[in-house]
Amino acid sequence: MTFKYKKQLGTRTYQFANLAELMAKATPERSGDKLAGLAAESAEQRVVAQMILAELPLKTFLNEAIIPYETDEVTRLIIDTHDKAAFAPIAHLTVGDFRNYLLSDQVDEFTLAALRPGITPEMAAAVSKIMRNQDLILVAKKCRVVTQFRNTIGLQNRLSTRLQPNHPTDAVNGIAASILDGLMFGNGDAVIGINPATDNVSQCCKLLKLMDELIQTYQIPTQSCVLTHVTNTIEAIELGAPVDLIFQSIAGTQAANDSFGINLNILKEAHEAGLSLNRGTVGNNLMYFETGQGSALSADAHHGVDQQTCETRAYAVARQFDPLLVNTVVGFIGPEYLFDGKQIMRAGLEDHFCAKLLGLPMGCDICYTNHAYADQNDMDNLLTLLGVAGCSFIMGIPGSDDIMLNYQTTSFHDALYARKAMGLKPAPEFENWLTELEIFQDLDSVKLNDGLAKPFLHILEH
Amino acid sequence: MSHKFTKVDPASIVSQNPWAKLKSFTDARIAIGRAGTSIPTDELLKFQLAHAQAIDAVHNPLNLQTLTAELNQLDDMDEPALLMHSQANDRICYLQRPDLGRKLSESSYQTLLEYRQASNRQYDLAIVICDGLSASAIEAHAIPFIKALKNKLKTNKADWQIAPPVIVQQGRVAAGDDVCESLKAKAVIVLIGERPGLSSPDSLGVYITWQAKRGTKDASRNCISNVRPAGLKYPDASDKAFYLLNEAFRIKASGVALKDRTVDEEQDTLTHNNRSFLLENKSL
Repeated sequence: MTFKYKKQLGTRTYQFANLAELMAKATPERSGDKLAGLAAESAEQRVVAQMILAELPLKTFLNEAIIPYETDEVTRLIIDTHDKAAFAPIAHLTVGDFRNYLLSDQVDEFTLAALRPGITPEMAAAVSKIMRNQDLILVAKKCRVVTQFRNTIGLQNRLSTRLQPNHPTDAVNGIAASILDGLMFGNGDAVIGINPATDNVSQCCKLLKLMDELIQTYQIPTQSCVLTHVTNTIEAIELGAPVDLIFQSIAGTQAANDSFGINLNILKEAHEAGLSLNRGTVGNNLMYFETGQGSALSADAHHGVDQQTCETRAYAVARQFDPLLVNTVVGFIGPEYLFDGKQIMRAGLEDHFCAKLLGLPMGCDICYTNHAYADQNDMDNLLTLLGVAGCSFIMGIPGSDDIMLNYQTTSFHDALYARKAMGLKPAPEFENWLTELEIFQDLDSVKLNDGLAKPFLHILEH
Repeated sequence: MSHKFTKVDPASIVSQNPWAKLKSFTDARIAIGRAGTSIPTDELLKFQLAHAQAIDAVHNPLNLQTLTAELNQLDDMDEPALLMHSQANDRICYLQRPDLGRKLSESSYQTLLEYRQASNRQYDLAIVICDGLSASAIEAHAIPFIKALKNKLKTNKADWQIAPPVIVQQGRVAAGDDVCESLKAKAVIVLIGERPGLSSPDSLGVYITWQAKRGTKDASRNCISNVRPAGLKYPDASDKAFYLLNEAFRIKASGVALKDRTVDEEQDTLTHNNRSFLLENKSL
């Protein structure tokens, strides 16, 4: 076996067979890489791998595919859409230089926007591995990614929320009750998005109709989504259902996407079907993607690539389809991939940074399951860090408790905490609606009014 | 400068939400009020208690003595329960290494092989009890479920040959495959503590697999989820299990090949009323 990457440290020589191994060993500790047998074997080995990675020219990632071009359509997408002209200004830099450059005062939102098509997911993953949490926050904060459908997501000092009114039996009044609760707490500008309990096309159509009528009746400047498989949504469109956003979970390898029952062609077909409806009012970004570290490993489709690099490759898939929203579901997958609050926090910051650097409207489902070593305090920490980093949106759900998916994510109250503590506001169109309905006494200082907004008063009558 | 001290009125601190009556529509934590924009103390602590119970469910070890005694006291258990262990040594290992929780330890596997050779019986069904992610689910629901299932089995086919119940500590569903293989049973039914939810720390999962062996894919299993009095009740759960077992023996397969044709009561609630209270008396 020949070792491509080597470094002498004292009397020890550290060697790494290939780029994938080097990337994996350089990754901050997490349980999923250990489970896959890819993690660094010692703390020293990890830092040595990071040192070698820092010396690596960015060009390396164009010449050495970590998953072969011939067998993986995500690799082909990354290589075929790479923009050499955009890459030219940084083509001579190493990964270590790249970190310095991103942090330097030479770089602002405009340089970052111009650079995007020249950056590959692997370059983003590599530089993130040698960045501290504060670096991930600071550079992400410089990135500006603005998307539009019926409102504008991602403007500076804005934090949007997906209102997630899930119910274990999709009971229509149960869902409506959670929607109303969320709206009265100023949540729901990113999307009103339901994870259906019964996952089939007719159920999907009914839920879409429910939300569409609500949005139209109360003229809420937002969009709806049923988070069902993309092929279900295509069928729903064919049946004439009022589809705003098209949802799909995506991953960073062709084989992992296979296990989700999707490929680039299916996503293209869905995207075109959505565009044909022309339902956006201020813009036409209409795809909604969810991702999360560990999905490729869990589908046994990671090709010896660490989970964070796999995750970043999913962003190449996402950016091909100009999404309105993308979010990592960072703590949902469980402790075998991200063990505790510390690992969840690091992964959340990495995912947000890499996605923003690549030009995605990145949000985060700041969440945990009951078998992970995490609690509400860890979520508060990550929420605050992501709020500072300029995260596009978070979830909003009654009292943090998803009674359908059995996990905990951020509450309607949490979103208001973030807005209050960090001076953030919802999307401007939604802000106007909240003002018109007098849901807030003072929106700038995040003071709510007591009582129910006027258009909804009729529900208290009987 | 002087400050005028006025007594804080406790009733004025927390704002209640006037839509509390909507709680009848959902168990979601709606209309919980607010202190400023934050969650009021009573709701905060209710949540913390639910989370604490869920954590305890994951970490409290299974009470083996009680469970074994209860299993051995069941009617017509002619062979006493067997106590086995997965390859995951402890809870931390179990949580981080699902691959190890899926396999019986070498000594457990060997013990079962030898047991089967000594007994020289042909088993139709192996019953496996894994702690999974909630020992409290097993402690609360395993015995009543097995009782209900055994009563069903007695009704149709008098000669179900049932292996002694096998308890697997730190076991995942696939640990049952090793049990089925080593005991040479025709099918296996695994009772396991499910990943605890905030409002359901003690939910039991039941998995049925025809001719399971090491490496059997999840697509070959049938699952009955959320077995507990507040979820799928014992009689309904055992009905489903009974149906699935009979079908598995009839078609000699399980999993995707075996469709559950029993009807869920709560299915498709939307067909009854497609409009919510929010749209009553409202027109577009």
